[in-house]
Amino acid sequence: MNLAYRDIQHNMGRFLLTCAGLSLLLGVVLSMIGIYRGLVADALTLVRTPAAHIWVVEADTRGPFAESSRIPGDTREAVMRLHGVEQAGSVTYQSVETVHNAKKLRVYVVGYELNRPGGPSHIIEGRAIAKSHYEVVVDRRTKLKLGETLRLGSYNFAVIGLTDGQVSSGGDPVVYMALKDSQELQFDLAPSAARLEIARGNTPDNSDLDTVNAVLARLTLHASPDIAAETVRRWKHMGAMTQQEQEDILIKSVVEKARKQIGLFTTILLIVTTVIVSLIIYTMTMDKIREIATLKLIGAPDRTIIGLIVQQALAMGVIGFTLGALLIMSTKDNFPRRVVLQPEDGLLLGVAVIVVCILASGLGVRLALKVDPATAIGG
Amino acid sequence: MNNKNTHPLVHISGINKYFGEGDSRVDALRDIDLDVYAGQVVALLGPSGSGKTTLLNVIGCIQEPDGGHMALDGDVVYDNGKWLRSDLRALRLEKIGFIFQFHNLLPFLNALDNVSLVLELAGHDKALARKRAMELLLYLEVDHRSQSYPAKLSGGEAQRVAIARALANHPKIILADEPTAALDSERAGIVMDLLRKVAVEQKAAILAVTHDEKIFDRFDHIFHLRDGKLDE
Repeated sequence: MNLAYRDIQHNMGRFLLTCAGLSLLLGVVLSMIGIYRGLVADALTLVRTPAAHIWVVEADTRGPFAESSRIPGDTREAVMRLHGVEQAGSVTYQSVETVHNAKKLRVYVVGYELNRPGGPSHIIEGRAIAKSHYEVVVDRRTKLKLGETLRLGSYNFAVIGLTDGQVSSGGDPVVYMALKDSQELQFDLAPSAARLEIARGNTPDNSDLDTVNAVLARLTLHASPDIAAETVRRWKHMGAMTQQEQEDILIKSVVEKARKQIGLFTTILLIVTTVIVSLIIYTMTMDKIREIATLKLIGAPDRTIIGLIVQQALAMGVIGFTLGALLIMSTKDNFPRRVVLQPEDGLLLGVAVIVVCILASGLGVRLALKVDPATAIGG
Repeated sequence: MNNKNTHPLVHISGINKYFGEGDSRVDALRDIDLDVYAGQVVALLGPSGSGKTTLLNVIGCIQEPDGGHMALDGDVVYDNGKWLRSDLRALRLEKIGFIFQFHNLLPFLNALDNVSLVLELAGHDKALARKRAMELLLYLEVDHRSQSYPAKLSGGEAQRVAIARALANHPKIILADEPTAALDSERAGIVMDLLRKVAVEQKAAILAVTHDEKIFDRFDHIFHLRDGKLDE
């Protein structure tokens, strides 16, 4: 006879309510892990989308994401001449805040050369950019629709395509546009500032506009990214990193603090969970002191009593975890930032919950083993 | 029904039990000698704090005495200041049935399961345990409430289920703590008749702590405990 099951069955409402409370707590733990994974996934999305092998940036910088990087637009031609380079494309990256339909809209603008690396990896609706000016492909998280007009800086852009899963490391949805447009958006002076420069006797030099943040290069099958990057590093004013180096920089520089913060918070939550489960089990055991004393009196071995407590703690943990996981899985798309739930994380947390429940039930078991069977007899 | 030609089911001699040390020492039991034979129903009377429950706890192997000798169903379990059995819980399961003032049924098990649990703990097969439990409920005329939980049973029904549980493993010794205190006269009489029936039919020794004057006439012997000393 499974006493834990029978006790749960008899107090099902109270037990499920306790599990529901625990599920919220475990749901928060799981969402924290999911948010961290989402943070990393978001940070790597932009780096991985172009499927580049090397990133050419300004010398002594770790651009274009961790630090700013500005290099001449014709760098791409030099990169193309490198041995083993199959394709290369200039790109710009910038955060822009605008107002759309009377609402603030923050986007991450990626400028790229049409038919070269750097554009959106896929289009889910509409078409890719075909003209050099005033067309954009946007991530669906912008909530923009095909045919809408988006004003960025002094220019209006027509939304001609939608993509998805394209966000910056800050979680802002990406807007892809032609390189010329993005250069103007990033480097062109506002009319008032331009007039001021002219009044000062400085003639705006259009060659300043031909600046990009990075050049991406795809290599042929047998070319070595390390060798190609090393070659570029020998150039004056240029730096280069491989795709792996760029990803490492992003993870270490851009998301490291967030990772530590979330890791610490997750640890605190697990400790809080342990304390709460301990208190619940302890209280449940306190409620059963007379029954435990009776069990001891009628000859139940310690393993029966320990089983009663530990099995209930485990049932609570497993049900709480399952409900929490279901809750987060069903609500994750409503989070402002991406929540990535990976099976291995769920499995790891599940194991942690089981360990927590076993540890937490220790307090109840200790109490139960100390119960004097004479408690069952009055007097 | 005394059969003094056979060995007593409960035999204690020179049993002492005290609590505390020095000036705060309380002698709960002093040189207690008691024999209870198969078929006997024995009452233990005494004012509050006289040591009745302590004596019941000692005989039930719940509390260790401080000297003396004790044998249960012929097995010497305590002698020379120490327990001679390490598995006291198993000993209780095998030889002793307990009946409490407030039945102490497990609230999350129905009447049938409360009884069959004891049998399962003793290693009986589940189906056999349930069969035997049902027979006991039938014997105690509460079989119609076999699926009811303790909270739904009347005081008398719950106490009869508790007696069924106490009898489940055919114990030779039944210790009852105020078994009729929570019952009215009629139900108290029924419970005592049942205990008598059990003692006779199952050749068990029944030792009950009671204050209930209306059942005094149902006992073969009445012992009085005063300041830790036992008188008949």
